[in-house]
Amino acid sequence: MEVTSPRTDTSTDADTDEKNQMFNDGQMVGLATSDCSDRSKEKTGDQKTLRRLAQNREAARKSRLRKKAYVQQLESSRLKLTNLEQELQRARQQGIFISGSGDQSHAANGNGALAFDIEYARWLEEQNRHISELRTAVNAHASDAELRIVVDGAMAQYDNIWKLKSNGAKSDVFHMLSGMWKTPAERCFLWLGGFRSSEILKLLANHLEPLTDQQLSSIRNLQQSSQQAEDALSQGMDALQQSLAETLASASPIGSGTSGNVANYMGQMAMAMGKLGTLENFLHQADNLRQQTLQQLHRILTTRQSARALLAIHDYLSRLRALSSLWLARPRE
Amino acid sequence: MDRVVGLASQRAVVIFSVSSCCMCYAIKTLFGELGCNPAIYELDEDPAGREMELALIRLIGKKKPVPAVFIGGRFVGLTEQVMSHHLGGTLVPLLRDAGALWL
Repeated sequence: MEVTSPRTDTSTDADTDEKNQMFNDGQMVGLATSDCSDRSKEKTGDQKTLRRLAQNREAARKSRLRKKAYVQQLESSRLKLTNLEQELQRARQQGIFISGSGDQSHAANGNGALAFDIEYARWLEEQNRHISELRTAVNAHASDAELRIVVDGAMAQYDNIWKLKSNGAKSDVFHMLSGMWKTPAERCFLWLGGFRSSEILKLLANHLEPLTDQQLSSIRNLQQSSQQAEDALSQGMDALQQSLAETLASASPIGSGTSGNVANYMGQMAMAMGKLGTLENFLHQADNLRQQTLQQLHRILTTRQSARALLAIHDYLSRLRALSSLWLARPRE
Repeated sequence: MDRVVGLASQRAVVIFSVSSCCMCYAIKTLFGELGCNPAIYELDEDPAGREMELALIRLIGKKKPVPAVFIGGRFVGLTEQVMSHHLGGTLVPLLRDAGALWL
């Protein structure tokens, strides 16, 4: 189901017509000049003009395509947000989430997940606005001072996501860890409820040139540190899984009846509950790694480089999300 | 408190931990990866464990004061501070200054 906004399409077409008009006029001028004189100097000038005009047309075309893609993305997010809000409204009216038992506590978890999904959809919209502002500033060759303001705004927007995820984890840590709030292709790369900082740094490697030697070595160190920290947390999670399995495996079967066995079972379950409780901390530490990586990157890079880095990260994630949409819409036998 | 401070100053890197705590396991893994050999005190296995736990709670102000990492006798932090130090590039210099690393 395609959702198009007529007003937007019209404005794009208006731009197109205007630009075509300009280029047509420019071309006329070029041709006129070559007709008037056959001095070789002016001929080279014409060729340069023609080439420049062709490049301008191409750039304008690409810009129009990018704008169209961005608008489509915005509109699909708005649609998603509206759907989610409607779902929440419906759930609230029903009072309790439809689950197997209609259990109140189950509803609390369900609402926590949904509440996060809605906040996250809003955050994505807000993020798109910041990125768009950033792209405009970079393309317009804004001054460092102006750029800093926009970059700081984008960084602050990232700070919001860590807060959102922290609240989400408090109400439903399994939802956060499952990554069900992300698109399918993003979930491919899921690590402890989010992206891997070390991977983000790898993808940025080619987008930040030129880098000073100092910057190169700082970024390499940052990548190595985040890799080591990620490995440590991964091993902690493995240990948690192992420990949980052992606890559950060693609990006496509840059917055995003796009070000793029941006490043992309760004790083991209590221990298992305690272990599950540490999941929230693991998620928090993983998000802290992501936050620290972005902040350190911001410290190492110049304002302009930070802007390009933020754009590169967003573009990559957008492509992942677009891939998810394509995948979900693929024709099936 | 004296016991905690005393133990913390005996080795370059000292970690107060709980044997069943998986976050402590993660931090121990990290220091191992960095090439350190920290002294580890498991509060649940030490006879003076409860007393040390209370001292650490007073020092740090958290209900669960582990893993508590001391480098060169000074308290560096729990998991979050240690990770932040590492990403900021300040952990390794701290370790070097305390003589915990050869390289």
